[in-house]
Amino acid sequence: MSWLLTLPLVLPFLTAVAAFLTRQSPLGRRISVLGNTLFLAASVALLVRVVQDDIVVGQMGGWAAPFGITLVADRLSAVMVVITAITALAVAIYALGDIDARKEYLGYHALFNVLIGGVTGAFVTGDLFNLYVWFEVMLISSFGLLVLGGKKAQIDGGVKYVTLNLISTILFLSGVGLLYGMTGTLNMADLARTLPTVENQGLVTVVAMMFMVAFGVKAALFPLFFWLPASYHTPAFSVSAVFAGLLTKVGVYALIRMFTLVFNGDMDFTHTILLWVAALTMITGVLGAAAQNDVRKILSFHIVSQIGYMIMGLALMTPLALAGAVFYLVHHIVVKANLFLIAGVMERTAGSTDLGRIGGFYKSAPLLAVLFLIPAFSLAGFPPLSGFWAQYVLVAAALEDSAWIIAAVALVVGLLTIYSMTKIWAEAYWKAHPEGLEPRLSALDGDRRRALLWPVAGLAAITLVIGFFPEPFVTFATDAAGQLLDPGEYVTAVLGQGAA
Amino acid sequence: MEALLAITIGVLVASAVYLMLSRHVLRFIFGLVLISNAANMTIFTAGRLTPGRPPLIPEGAEAPPDLVANALPQALVLTAIVIGFGLFAFALILMFRVYTTLGTLDSDAMRVAEPREDTAG
Repeated sequence: MSWLLTLPLVLPFLTAVAAFLTRQSPLGRRISVLGNTLFLAASVALLVRVVQDDIVVGQMGGWAAPFGITLVADRLSAVMVVITAITALAVAIYALGDIDARKEYLGYHALFNVLIGGVTGAFVTGDLFNLYVWFEVMLISSFGLLVLGGKKAQIDGGVKYVTLNLISTILFLSGVGLLYGMTGTLNMADLARTLPTVENQGLVTVVAMMFMVAFGVKAALFPLFFWLPASYHTPAFSVSAVFAGLLTKVGVYALIRMFTLVFNGDMDFTHTILLWVAALTMITGVLGAAAQNDVRKILSFHIVSQIGYMIMGLALMTPLALAGAVFYLVHHIVVKANLFLIAGVMERTAGSTDLGRIGGFYKSAPLLAVLFLIPAFSLAGFPPLSGFWAQYVLVAAALEDSAWIIAAVALVVGLLTIYSMTKIWAEAYWKAHPEGLEPRLSALDGDRRRALLWPVAGLAAITLVIGFFPEPFVTFATDAAGQLLDPGEYVTAVLGQGAA
Repeated sequence: MEALLAITIGVLVASAVYLMLSRHVLRFIFGLVLISNAANMTIFTAGRLTPGRPPLIPEGAEAPPDLVANALPQALVLTAIVIGFGLFAFALILMFRVYTTLGTLDSDAMRVAEPREDTAG
């Protein structure tokens, strides 16, 4: 059944080509929306199949693992692909009202769909070198999207984004080379099988640390996150929404994959480091956010802080903690992308995202206020929104594991997140506009208003659904965590019976 | 042979790190070129060196004679070189745009995206 695996991978690239060829006409943006709708359908089909069969494996070109490139989707991969598709569709629709003709001519839709293809590839590949290639696909298209338009701030942010990500790429590549030297294979399942037999286990830990740093840069972990708040507030709002939702999460996914499947030999060492890093990431992110006064900068620092929660789940490495991490990933992508999209609507109606220069939304645009309230307070962890359950599961896992410090950190950071969200709420929504302006949604013309608000409303609806009916999602996350904790199943699925 | 390559990689990485610590972004990308080549040589060396034995199957035979050079790391390096070249080309153009739009190549002076608190007012 490998077409189920290849279809979500092929569709974004076909869409990108078609959108590039039609970039001079309004057809391009419609192709992007259509392509992402098909992509969503394909990814849901994959998820349904994964729920039935547990793991779907495809060997590309008919070369048996570990010689060819293997595509694998377990529960974590499949749900990440679906959530990627949901975000991509929302942003593709939002782009109808956000991206001007000049950016379209420069190839916005093509770059965007290549980015989505790269992200999807990273989620479904079962080969380490192939993962490197998908990272590069993702990286080069994100470079393009980040500087598209060429404003001064974009170029400036681009320098920091590009340089730090290139360093991480090189570390990743060196780590791949060293792993190959030790084991003679780059298939993840085969690595999981052969790494414990490597004589010098110290060397394995060294390479594990290289991967931790390389993916840590991509995931924006403490102290490697500085590129993120330097660049995420500079590009178009559609671009920052898709970056905020998906890019760092690919780093988190890669960390989860590598440190559950491949580098699980010296967990006392690696996962202790991850736990401290998680705590520091949460704290620095949330404190950084408290010092900011621009909506997008506040949200950017909160990405860092929330990456800490996910890594905390990975570091604790219990079934409940990993389930919490998976649940948090899904919830976070939806909420975070949505908040950046809302920031875009705020700028379009009030003229800025600087909290000192805007205000009055609550009075003149109550619909936007409601739409902001849902993801913002979900992010802060208010019951019964999705963020509450995500944090609840993670803190419960920490307490169950007697990890008191990290549990305390998670709770305090949750409180500080409420501080940031209420700051945006009080400044942008309750306070009157400093220049007496009344930002109204009706100021946007009809088509644009619909294009901007429907994706926001759709993502908010998903947040509500996860919040009010968390049980199937938690069950799914628990099953996904079970698969992550039992690498034998993954190895057998890829390499065949008798391999594990 | 391995020792020689290992020392070369070490020297490359050391010079690259020295260059990349510079505030001058042009030096930084020169460092980047060096370190990406060091990474490529790491892959090449880690794949074992078997000089003088190309992985060719003689006519009539079905498998290569024993102990030939491993072709896979070379394929990996080739891919990495191509990708690295693309990224370097992008970085170079970006730095050029930095120079034309921001008028500086000193990374400390690039404060448009994150203005200093004291000067931003």
